[in-house]
Amino acid sequence: MRIVVLVKQVPDTAAQIQIKPDGSGIVEEGLKYILNPYDEFAVEEAVRLKEKISSSELFVLTVGLERTKEILRTCIAVGADQAVLILEEGEPLDPFSTAELLAKKIESLHPDLILSGKQAADDDMAYIGGAVAQRLNFPFVSVVTQVEILENGKKAKIKRQIEGGEEIIEVDLPCVLSAQKGLNEPRYPSLAGMMKAKKKEIEVIKAADLVPDIRKFARTKLERLQPVPVRPAGKILQGSPEKMVKDLVRFLKDEEKVI
Amino acid sequence: MLVKGAGISFDLSEDHLMIQDMVRKFAEKEVSPGAGERDRSMEFPRDICSKLGELGLMGVNTPTEYGGAGMDSISYAIIIEELSRACASTGVVAAVQNTLAQLPLYRFGTEELKRKYLPDLAAGKKIGAYCLTEPSSGSDAGSLQTMAQKNGDFYFLNGQKLFVTNGMAADFFIVYATIDKSKGNKGISAFVVERTFPGFKIVRKEEMLGVRASGTAQIAFENCRVPVSNLIGEEGDGFKIALTTLDSGRISIASQAVGIAQGAYDAALKYSKERSQFGKTISNFQFVQEMLVDMITYIEAARLLVYRSSYLKDKGVPFSKEASMAKYFASTMSEKATSHALQIHGGYGYTKDYPVERFYRDARVTEIYEGTTEVQKMVIARNILGG
Ligand SMILES: Cc1cc2nc3c(=O)[nH]c(=O)nc-3n(C[C@H](O)[C@H](O)[C@H](O)COP(=O)(O)OP(=O)(O)OC[C@H]3O[C@@H](n4cnc5c(N)ncnc54)[C@H](O)[C@@H]3O)c2cc1C
Repeated sequence: MRIVVLVKQVPDTAAQIQIKPDGSGIVEEGLKYILNPYDEFAVEEAVRLKEKISSSELFVLTVGLERTKEILRTCIAVGADQAVLILEEGEPLDPFSTAELLAKKIESLHPDLILSGKQAADDDMAYIGGAVAQRLNFPFVSVVTQVEILENGKKAKIKRQIEGGEEIIEVDLPCVLSAQKGLNEPRYPSLAGMMKAKKKEIEVIKAADLVPDIRKFARTKLERLQPVPVRPAGKILQGSPEKMVKDLVRFLKDEEKVI
Repeated sequence: MLVKGAGISFDLSEDHLMIQDMVRKFAEKEVSPGAGERDRSMEFPRDICSKLGELGLMGVNTPTEYGGAGMDSISYAIIIEELSRACASTGVVAAVQNTLAQLPLYRFGTEELKRKYLPDLAAGKKIGAYCLTEPSSGSDAGSLQTMAQKNGDFYFLNGQKLFVTNGMAADFFIVYATIDKSKGNKGISAFVVERTFPGFKIVRKEEMLGVRASGTAQIAFENCRVPVSNLIGEEGDGFKIALTTLDSGRISIASQAVGIAQGAYDAALKYSKERSQFGKTISNFQFVQEMLVDMITYIEAARLLVYRSSYLKDKGVPFSKEASMAKYFASTMSEKATSHALQIHGGYGYTKDYPVERFYRDARVTEIYEGTTEVQKMVIARNILGG
C-alpha cells in the first residue's frame, strides 16, 4: 500500500502570536515551529498501517519554506520512508493553490491512501484535505477517529465522531481522510529514528517547476490580519448595597440601555 | 580551562534541539504525572524504563554496534536534565543505567561481555546498577572490603554494598571487590554480577529523604559465584574503572541538579504570577523577584558548566576538573534554588499539594552521591595545585 500524508509546519501552539503592524502576516522572529498537531495523528496512523500491511511505502508531503524540512525530518524519525518539500518562498499561497501543488505531486506518487490533519492549528481553515480530494476526484472523509483497511486495500471502514454517537462509513480507495484527535496516540521519535532522519535525503521541488503558472490559481486573497479588539475592563460597583443597586440600575438603563 | 577549538558558540545543534524537544514532551506526558505518587509509594519506574529504552534513551552514549544510540555527551546531559525536571528519581535511574552500568562495559569490557550485556541494558529490557559504596567505605572508595577469591572458573565474592541505586529492580550489577587487600587500590577489580547468581542477596530497600523511587538497595554477597569471564578488564583495573566512570557520572548528576532546579523554578515562576497578597500578585514584590532572578541566573550558569564539561569529554580532552566544577556548582545551586522555590510557595510549598517540596528533598542528594561536594572540591584542588 502506498500512503501519502500531507503535513504542515505551524507556529508552536503554546507561542504568543503577534500580528505585524501592517497586518500582512505574523511576526516570525523568535517563533518556534512544529508539526501541526492534527498531522501528528495522520502520520502516526500511516505508520501503523505501514507496519501492519507488508511492503507499504509512506510518503510525507508539504508545501513550505527551507525551514519546513524540520517537520519532514520529524516524520521520517517516526517512520516515514520518503519526504517531499514543495518549496515556495514567495508570498504565501492561498489554500486553493496549495491544494493544486499537492494534488499535482500526489498524482505522480499513485497512492492508495492520503491522510492529512483535520485542520491546521494556525489558520484553522480545514480546507486542504477536501480540496485535494476534489481536485483528484477521490472520495473524502473528514474528522476520522478510526481507520480499518478492508478487502486487500480496496476499501476502508472509517469511524468518525458525531454529536451523540459515531458514524461508520465505508469508502473506496484511493481516498483522502482527515485525522481527528483520538485517532491514535502518536509515538515519540527515537534517537535512532532521528539519526535515520538526519541522513535521509529530502526531495525538494520548486513550486514553479511543478506548476509553472501556480500564481494564477489563487481563488482567495488574504487582505490583512487584525488583532481581536481588546475587551474593555469590567466595572466594579462599590459602596453600600443600596447605592450599588441604584448604580447598577442606572448603568443598565442609561449607559447600556438594556432595560 | 579553555581549549583551542572552533571558537565559542552557545548554540545547540538542530539534533540537540530535536532531542530536547522529544524528551521534554515525553517527560511532561509520561514521567511528570506519576512523579508525586512514586515519591510517596517508592515504586520504581519500571514501565518508564522500558519506554526510555525504546526511544534509545537508556544507551545514549553506548556505541551503536552494541545497541546504543552512539550520541554525544551534550545530548546525554540534555536528556538527564529534562527527565530530572519532571522526576528526579527517573533522572537518576536513567543516569545510573546509561553511565554507571554501561560505561565500564563499553570502555573496559571484553567483546563477549559487551555483546552479552549492553544490548539489553541500552534497550531498557534489563536494568543495571553500580556497587562501589560499602558500610565502611564511602568517599574513600579505595578502602573497600568486599573480597573476590578466584577458584577455578569462578570468583567467589563476599561482602556488603550500600546505597545501590536501581538495586531493587536491577538484573545486572557492576561490582567492585578486591582480590588482595594488601595491594590497596591495585587490588580492586570490577565484575558483572547477575541477580540470579548463587550467593547474591538483596538485604533491603533504603527509605530516603529524596529520589525515593530510585529503588536504592543494600546488597550482600555470600560466596556469590561469578564466572571468571565476568571480570571487567584485568585484575586490579577496578579502581581506574571506577574513577573513569565517576568522571562521566558527575556530568549526569550535575545535569540532574540543573533539571531539578529548573523544574522548581518553572513551578515558582508560575505560582508567583498566580498568588495575590496585598492586592497584587506576589511576582510584584522585589524580594520575590530577587529569588526568581537568582534562581534562573544560577541555573543558566550551572547549565553552561555542564555543557562545557560535556563538550570537553566529546572532544576527548581531560574533563575531570570541569566535571567536578559542574557537579559542585550545580548541586549546591540546586539546593538553594529549590529552597527559594519552596519559599515562594509559602505554606503551600511545604505541603504535598505542590511539587516543590519534592524538588527540595530530591535536590539534596545531588550534593552527596557520585562524590560529595567536599570530594569535588578535593578533585578541583588537586587539579589546580597538583599532587
Ligand atoms: C540516594 C543515594 C544513592 C546512591 N547510589 C549509589 C550507587 O548507586 N552506587 C554506589 O556505589 N554508591 C551510591 N551512593 C553512595 C554515595 O556515593 C556515598 O554516599 C558518597 O560517596 C559518600 O560516602 P559516605 O556516605 O560513606 O560518606 P563519607 O565518605 O563517610 O562522608 C561523610 C562526610 O565527610 C566528608 N568527607 C569524607 N572524606 C573527606 C575528606 N577527605 N575531606 C573532606 N571531607 C570529607 C564527606 O564529604 C561527607 O560530608 C548513593 C548514595 C545515596 C545517598
